[in-house]
Amino acid sequence: MTITEAQQLAYISGQAAEARVRFELETEGMTLNIGPQHPATHGTLRIVVRLDGEQVVWADPVCGYMHRGYEKLAETRKYQQVTTLVNRIDWLGHFANEVPFILAVEQLYEVEAPPRAQWLRTIFFELARIANITLFLGEMGVQLGAFTPVFYAFRDREHVLNLMESVTGGRFHPNFDRVGGLKDDIPKGWVEETKAVMNKVRDFCDEMEDLLVGNEIYEQRTRGIGVIPARVGLEYGLSGANIRASGIDWDIRRDSPSPLAWKECDWKVWTHTDGDVWARYWVRLQETREAAKIVDQLCDGLPSGPIMAKMPARLRVPKGEAWISTENPLGEMGYYVVSDGGPSGPFRCKIRTPSFNNISIVPWLLRGVYVPDVISILASLYFILGDIDR
Amino acid sequence: MSDQDAPAPADAEAEAPAEPTTPPDPAREALADALRRDLGDGFLEHANANGDLWIRVSRDCWRRAAETLKVKHGFDYFCFVSGIDWLENPELSSRYEAVYSGDGGSGEDGGDEAAPAADAGPTLLGDRVAGGDTRFTVFGRVFSTTKKWGVTLKADLDEANPTVESWVTVYRGADWHERETWEMFGFQFDGHPGLRHMYLPGGFEGFPLRKDFPLLARMVKPWPGLVDKEPIPGEDDDSEQQGEQQEAAAT
Repeated sequence: MTITEAQQLAYISGQAAEARVRFELETEGMTLNIGPQHPATHGTLRIVVRLDGEQVVWADPVCGYMHRGYEKLAETRKYQQVTTLVNRIDWLGHFANEVPFILAVEQLYEVEAPPRAQWLRTIFFELARIANITLFLGEMGVQLGAFTPVFYAFRDREHVLNLMESVTGGRFHPNFDRVGGLKDDIPKGWVEETKAVMNKVRDFCDEMEDLLVGNEIYEQRTRGIGVIPARVGLEYGLSGANIRASGIDWDIRRDSPSPLAWKECDWKVWTHTDGDVWARYWVRLQETREAAKIVDQLCDGLPSGPIMAKMPARLRVPKGEAWISTENPLGEMGYYVVSDGGPSGPFRCKIRTPSFNNISIVPWLLRGVYVPDVISILASLYFILGDIDR
Repeated sequence: MSDQDAPAPADAEAEAPAEPTTPPDPAREALADALRRDLGDGFLEHANANGDLWIRVSRDCWRRAAETLKVKHGFDYFCFVSGIDWLENPELSSRYEAVYSGDGGSGEDGGDEAAPAADAGPTLLGDRVAGGDTRFTVFGRVFSTTKKWGVTLKADLDEANPTVESWVTVYRGADWHERETWEMFGFQFDGHPGLRHMYLPGGFEGFPLRKDFPLLARMVKPWPGLVDKEPIPGEDDDSEQQGEQQEAAAT
């Protein structure tokens, strides 16, 4: 194919015209602060983005507005007192925070909670997951401009919180897990109530699916946005639904040995291959349904017996180091507990929180996306500020 | 559960090493052998504890060990990097004793542990998983999503100059973790693109998670638990009675 002279001239003049326009309308990059107080940040995360027109060229999350120094505080507390702190890390997944820490201490102490306690722990763990993810399922709509889902989410999360309150007395901070078992048994009639609530949770999931997943606007805002390739996600340490939505079939509940009762139930780990905002939402939606299924099965087969192993009032944990992680609502949460064998608390308590890693991918992920998509990507990564800052 | 008597009796000696070691697992042992071949002298010790493989490498091998694990053995998931300061802070523990078991008269096990820490001066905690004897240890964990188990890597650092190679070129997620470790422990990570403050304000001095960094809030104000101290239920009856007597005397 030959190019005529006229074509060539047209091309050159076109280039020149474009260069003139670029020179005249040159956009000076703009630095935009998203947060610290922004509804999309679930707390006080500040994200500094450098914009070129509507596109992000550079993004840097600024953490630390909520740093409470739990790793240092844990060193001056006794083991029983640390659960009070860790409750406040991921405040929506309250009980789930306590479990890995208590399991780590139990491993060091070489004690195992009786079966009933383990089953109840698993039930509360999954209830915490439902309470946590329910909010995400509604919140996601708000970030994209649909207000109805979040009201449904708050309405139905309330049922789960009421269940937790009736057992533990705390809606957000149950502080119920003990080394060697649980603080108390469940009240009468709780199992039936729980099963009724699980039906409501399933209805809620169906509702969300109707409201959002099939919605054309919603699909346009989420499909193909914020795609995380599995390899990159793993390098950044993404865990939980974020990495399962990128096609990695890995769930600590299923794949790692645990004294909790997940292995007794019939449930499925859902993955999605797309790795975009939509896939992350969809995986969490399925996860909520599976959680309801697990709770149902555990309620049916709840063993009887004591809920507390025989423990001394004054805990003296032998020297050693333990690492335990569990599949929390937000991803892998782990505690590295070092004991010096003394009567005081942990010598060192490294808290590995899922959101810290999940959000560390943001500088990579936001490069080149448009401003409205920033919000949907951040919402889909689903982080809790307390979980980043500890 | 190992063959050790559990739960440990309350008056057990603190020195008793109670590391729950699982029996050697062929897959983990094979990996340890392979890594020993790869790293040579850099591979120091390994332990197969708590279902994970724990490997201690020399600090020169820190980055190479991670790279070998990732490239050759498929440990694709980065979990965390952090540090430990093994200094036993006698001031901290003695303050603790004064609050919890000292004055109230519930001398069940109050006397024996306050004594050794108080006059011995700063010592380092020993009996670590996979060994080691320096003050600072940098440790990190990687995981294989295909094998479904992980490796905890440890390296001892020089106390005067805690420097180690950065993992950022191997695992990109190490960026933030190393920033946090630098901020909290003062470890230097060679090759890190920019060690900036993660949580603390820019002009912050000191390294908060080092054991010689005092927790000021606790120093200026006594632990509130001291004020409304209640006898622990199920403890010996003497202390409860004493507590009641004290309450009666107070009213």
